[in-house]
Amino acid sequence: MSPMPGSSKGTSVKARKRRARQAAKKSQGGSRKVGKKNSWSLLDRVGLATAWATGLLLCSIAFGITIYLAFKGIQYINLDVLITSPEASTEQSETGGFLDPMVGTVLLTVLGTLVAAPLGIAIAVWLTEYGRPAALARFVEAGVEILVGAPSIAIAIFGLLIFQQGFMAPFSFAAEGGEVFGRSFFAAGAIMSLIALPFVVGGTREALNAVPKHVREASYALGKDQASTIRRVLLPSARSGIATGTTLGMAQIVGETAVVVVLLGATLQIAPEGTVPVLDIFKGTGSTLTSYVYQNSPAGEGNAPEKAYAAAFVLMLIVVGLNLIVNLISRKGQQQWG
Amino acid sequence: MGVVDEQENLTNGSVPPLRQIQVEGRTAPISVAERVEVPEFVDQQAEYEEFDDTQPEWFEQIMRTESLSISFAGKKAVKEVSLPVNAGEVLALIGPSGCGKTTLLRSLNKLVDLTPTASREGRILLDGTDTDLYDDTYLRRRVGMLFQQPNPFPMSIFDNIAYGLRERGSKKPRKKELEPVVVESLKRAGLWDEVKDNLNHPALSLSGGQQQRLCIARSLAVAPEVLLLDEPCSALDPISTTIIEETIVELKEDIAIVIVTHNLQQAERVADRVAFMYLGDLVEYGTAEQVFKAPKAERTKDYVRGDFG
Ligand SMILES: Nc1ncnc2c1ncn2[C@@H]1O[C@H](COP(=O)(O)OP(=O)(O)O)[C@@H](O)[C@H]1O
Ligand SMILES: [Mg+2]
Repeated sequence: MSPMPGSSKGTSVKARKRRARQAAKKSQGGSRKVGKKNSWSLLDRVGLATAWATGLLLCSIAFGITIYLAFKGIQYINLDVLITSPEASTEQSETGGFLDPMVGTVLLTVLGTLVAAPLGIAIAVWLTEYGRPAALARFVEAGVEILVGAPSIAIAIFGLLIFQQGFMAPFSFAAEGGEVFGRSFFAAGAIMSLIALPFVVGGTREALNAVPKHVREASYALGKDQASTIRRVLLPSARSGIATGTTLGMAQIVGETAVVVVLLGATLQIAPEGTVPVLDIFKGTGSTLTSYVYQNSPAGEGNAPEKAYAAAFVLMLIVVGLNLIVNLISRKGQQQWG
Repeated sequence: MGVVDEQENLTNGSVPPLRQIQVEGRTAPISVAERVEVPEFVDQQAEYEEFDDTQPEWFEQIMRTESLSISFAGKKAVKEVSLPVNAGEVLALIGPSGCGKTTLLRSLNKLVDLTPTASREGRILLDGTDTDLYDDTYLRRRVGMLFQQPNPFPMSIFDNIAYGLRERGSKKPRKKELEPVVVESLKRAGLWDEVKDNLNHPALSLSGGQQQRLCIARSLAVAPEVLLLDEPCSALDPISTTIIEETIVELKEDIAIVIVTHNLQQAERVADRVAFMYLGDLVEYGTAEQVFKAPKAERTKDYVRGDFG
C-alpha cells in the first residue's frame, strides 16, 4: 500500500506532468492568473448569448412601453382631465376627465392595504414565530401561495359569489326583492386585500427570517416573553421588509383590473349608495384608472383613446413611483448584525 | 468528576469580594421567600459582621449545577456536571469545540429550554434554590447573558438599555425615570464616554466592540447577579477585546461571571476559576492558577499545553 493517494503507475505520470506544468508556470514569474478563456464550451457560450439577447429584448420592450406611454400620455394629459369627472359622450372632447377613477384607485388601494397589512403581518409572524400545529401552518402557507398563483378574475368571481349572499347586504346595494348587488368599494377592497396579502406576508416573513436567532434569544435572556419579543424586537427589525411587502402589494392593487370590473362595478363615476356620509361611498360603486383605461381604449366602449393614454400614463407613474419607494426602503433598511 | 473540593481552591489569599456571605455547602444565604418577593439584592449588612470575611475558604456559591445533563434528541451534550459558580469571581469554561460549553452555559439561564429537542436531568440552583421553582423570565433577569455576536436591537442606544426595564410593549416607565439606570449601566460597561452625546442614535450604527459593550450595559440594566458570556470577544478586534476583558474584571466585584472562551490566554487573564470540559464531561475544575500551571487530568494537561483543540 502506498501512503500517497493517486500514486499508482497510470496517474503518477500525469501527476508529474501536472507538477511540471505548474513549475513551468511558476518559473515564468509573477502571479499570472490562469486564463478562463477556454473554460466555456460552445454550448455554454450559445446559452450565454441567448440569455443576454433575451434580457436585452425584454429590457427594450419595457423601455419601449414606458417611452411610448410617456410620449402619448404627455401629449394628452392636462390639468383638466385630472380634476373633472368622466362623462358619457360619443364626442371625445366631451368625455370629461378621470378624477373619479383616480379617487377610486386611491380609495381601493387604501382599503385593500388597511386589511392586507395587519392580516399579512399577523400571518407572517404566526408562520415564522409559532408555526404550530405544523399541518395548519402548511395549509396557510399553501393558501397564500394559491393567492399568488390564482388568476385574479377567478378570485374576483369568487368574491362576487360571497358578496352577493344575503348576509352581505350591508356592504353593497340591495334591491327591494332582497337581491344583493355584491359590487361596492367594500367588496372590491376586501378582495383586493387578498391580492396584496401574499406580498405583505412574503416581505414580512423574509425580514423575520433575516433576524438572527441570537437576537431573539437576547430578548429572552433579558427576561422577556415571546409576545414582547415579537412586538418590541422582531416587528421593528422587520420594518423595512414589512414596508417593502406592503408597497409591492399596493402596486398590485393599483394595477389590478379584473377585481375592479367584477366587484367595483367599473361605473363611470363614483356612485354612492345610501344616506350615511362616507359610508355611502364605500357601499357604492366606482372605477379605477385600470378599468377607465380599458373602457376608453379602442378595446372598450367609451372610445376616448386620448383620455385612455393620459390615464394610462398616470397609472404608470403611480406604479413606477411605488416601485421606486420599494427600492428605497429595501436599500435603506438593511439591518446589520455581526 | 466535577465535584469540587472547596479547600483545594484556595491559592490566593485575596480579600474576598464585597457580597461574600458565609455559606456552607448549598445553604441559601437569604431565604427563598424573601428572594421571590424582593428581586433586588437585599442589603444584609447586619449579617456580615458576624463573619470573618477575610477567611477565604468561604465563598458564596451563587449558583451551582447538580448532576446536570443536557441532551439534544437523546444525545447527551452535557454529562452529569456538578459545577459551582462563586460570587465575586470569574469562572471560565474551556474545552475543545463541541464539548458542551455553550450548552452548559445556556442551561444556567434556561435558554436551552427554547430548543424543542433539548431535555435536562439534574438540578440548577440559584442561591440554593432550585431554579425550576422560578419563572423563566424571573430567572433570566437574575442571570443575564451576552452572546458571541453583538446583537443590539434595532432601536436607539437608550431604548436598548431601557428595554429590559420596560413593561411589555409599553413605553413606561418614562425616559426620565429610567435615565439614571441607563447612564449607570453604560458607565459600568465602559461605554458612557463614547455615547453620552448620542443616546438617541440607532444602536446598530455603533462599531462591533461598542455594540458588544452596549449589550453588556443592556444586561446590567436589569441588575443580574450572574452574567453568562459565550465567547464574547470572538467577533471583536484586539482593542475591543481588551476593553471588554477589563470590564469583566471590574464587574466581577458585584456580579458572578461565567465566560466560555476558546482563548486560553483570555481565560488566564480574566478567570479566577477554570472548568475544563471534554465531550460533555466536566474533567477538571480549580483555580485558574492550578488548572493552567498544574493540571491534574491528562486531558487538561494536553489541552492547556495546546496539544489538541
Ligand atoms: N440546538 C442543538 N441541537 C442539537 N444538538 C446540539 C444543539 N446545540 C448543541 N448541540 C450539540 O451539543 C454538543 C455541544 O455543543 P456546544 O455546547 O455548542 O459546544 P461548545 O460550545 O463547547 O463548542 C455538540 O455535539 C453539538 O452538536
Ligand atoms: Mg460554543
